[in-house]
Amino acid sequence: METAPYRRVRPGLHPPNDSPEYHSTRLRCPRQPLVAIPQTLSEITGPVAVHGRIGPLDHDLTRQHAGAPLGERIILEGRVLDEDGGPVRETLVELWQCNAAGRYAHRGDEHDAPLDPNFTGAGRTLTDAEGRYRFITIKPGAYPWRNHPNAWRPAHIHLSVFGSSFLTRLITQMFFPGDPLLAFDPIFNSVPEGARGRLVASFDFGLTKAEWALGYRFDIVLRGREATPVVEA
Amino acid sequence: MPDPTPSQTVGPFFHHALPFEGGGILVRPGTRGQRIVIEGTVRDGAGAPAADVLIESWQADAGGRYHHPEDRQRQPMDEGFDGFGRVPTSDDGRFVIETVKPGGVPGPRGRAQAPHLVLGILGRGILTRLITRLYFDDEAANGQDPILEMVPAERRRTLVARRVAEGRYHFDIVLQGQDETVFFDV
Repeated sequence: METAPYRRVRPGLHPPNDSPEYHSTRLRCPRQPLVAIPQTLSEITGPVAVHGRIGPLDHDLTRQHAGAPLGERIILEGRVLDEDGGPVRETLVELWQCNAAGRYAHRGDEHDAPLDPNFTGAGRTLTDAEGRYRFITIKPGAYPWRNHPNAWRPAHIHLSVFGSSFLTRLITQMFFPGDPLLAFDPIFNSVPEGARGRLVASFDFGLTKAEWALGYRFDIVLRGREATPVVEA
Repeated sequence: MPDPTPSQTVGPFFHHALPFEGGGILVRPGTRGQRIVIEGTVRDGAGAPAADVLIESWQADAGGRYHHPEDRQRQPMDEGFDGFGRVPTSDDGRFVIETVKPGGVPGPRGRAQAPHLVLGILGRGILTRLITRLYFDDEAANGQDPILEMVPAERRRTLVARRVAEGRYHFDIVLQGQDETVFFDV
């Protein structure tokens, strides 16, 4: 019986929680160092089959209401991979976002932009045998927030992925190529410089459907395993 | 080989997408084991309740078996229990998880681990998920737990839920400052 541990998280891959330019971190980031522990059965297992039934329209955010939402329809497709480039199959991908005007269907969103009665902005799907996922949605708008004077979030889509264990769990945000607001966003820029590009989708003509929707591609890479299996005692 | 996709905060506006009906109620009519309720408050470095936090919990069933293919222990899995919880904190920072007391599970180098939950803490202002554990103060096995013993002795109590009544435990999560919860690099 063999099982390989997951790779330890290397510096430079993820944003430090102590990122004071993003003001909400200031009272919420731990000040004590993390305590390093070995991976046990509690962490190499994890929620893998907890999604219940996925509805046929759960992946299509443009068809969840009586009418079509306003905004630019887009196809978002990508693969969920591990660090060896292998597919992560049948894993739950959850997505949420604001509407085309930059407003979330959320009671806490106070932005003076209209809600869209035909858009909730939440979807989910399972990856296929090649690790592929696909959503139909509309391009989210930029919106202001109160982090600093004249602060604006670049258009982004939130993504949540489980993978094969408690350790592969990832919550991230996907951005759009060429967005001038990226340079000013403390959340995007909390990511180490060399890793930021991995949060930006690519425009894909091959995915674009004539007279219907632009296509964007965004692959998601989850934490992988060490190369050498460890033999259990 | 591709590098991992960086983490980002879940932000404040996840409530229409991630919480699900019964996300904090792990027990079903046929679930085996002692039913327990865990309740507590998440607080920030100023001691204020943290309203927009999402807690994800993962645990073994009452027999100490995880609902996962890599748990190859011989005892049968409780098919009435999947072990995953997801609860947002309320406006006053509170959360409630209704579950069963997990059994002990194997640990490193053949040592047993005391009953525990693993917790992932997500929220506005948390850019990379925080990982912690919840133990129970009425478990003698805590004294021999191989993970607890790696935590500085004076901070271990931040990982231990306090029994407040039969089947009820209290567990606060402090993100920063005095009595800061121990978070793990695992």
